Amino acid sequence: MELAVFFAAAVVAVATGVVAVAHRNPVINVMSLVVTFFCVAVCYALLAAPFLAAAQILVYAGAILVLFLFVVMLLNAPLAESDQPRKLQRIFGLAAAALVGLGGAALAVVAIPGAGEGVVEGTAAAIGRLLVGPHLLAFELVSVLLLAALVGAMVLVKRKA
Amino acid sequence: MSVPTTHFVTLAAVLFAVGAGGVLLRRSGISTLLGIELMLNAVNLTLVAFARQHGDLHGQVFVFFIMAVAAAEVAVGLGLLVAIFRHQQSIDVDRLNVLRW
Repeated sequence: MELAVFFAAAVVAVATGVVAVAHRNPVINVMSLVVTFFCVAVCYALLAAPFLAAAQILVYAGAILVLFLFVVMLLNAPLAESDQPRKLQRIFGLAAAALVGLGGAALAVVAIPGAGEGVVEGTAAAIGRLLVGPHLLAFELVSVLLLAALVGAMVLVKRKA
Repeated sequence: MSVPTTHFVTLAAVLFAVGAGGVLLRRSGISTLLGIELMLNAVNLTLVAFARQHGDLHGQVFVFFIMAVAAAEVAVGLGLLVAIFRHQQSIDVDRLNVLRW
């Protein structure tokens, strides 16, 4: 049963991922990436990480891609007139991507031992206890980082007075 | 029966390759950023898979931090894209060949 859900999610994720990077219409790119991220959230749920599955949907599908959509609409850029990769770019780009994908997949098949140790459920309570325990400093630094990004984005986008 | 770790890591490798292809082959700035997001998600998937493999939640905490940093990255990246578009009416990354404002 879980295997069937995984394969369904994997096929949809890869298909929509390809559409997300290959289609020429940026709105379709963003919307199909939303579907990809939902499928990744399904994988998180299968991996005993319910908190991250919820965070994935809230943060990625809910916030980041909506931001992308806003920028796509705001720029209303012409469908890049010259968005054809150059010849060398096409050859080396495809080769590099294929190398990374095949290498990673081969390593995954060869190097990972079968059964793992006991599974720990990543609930919000368990993750939260780690966040405000051993990772407290990083947790606080993230808030500073987000503030800096917020101010930085506003400064970048602001028109000169 | 639970899904073996290998399946998830293989899926992550394929997703990462798709994202890398998007970054390397497209010339629109938005597609580049979308490809980066896809690669970050692939890495997150790997981390969660290994967190389950080792029965250790620290991997999932790491993914939480990556999500926060990705959100910051996207905000700044899209801000840069808007500024670039204002400057030269195009988001073709090949046209960004002067280090001058």
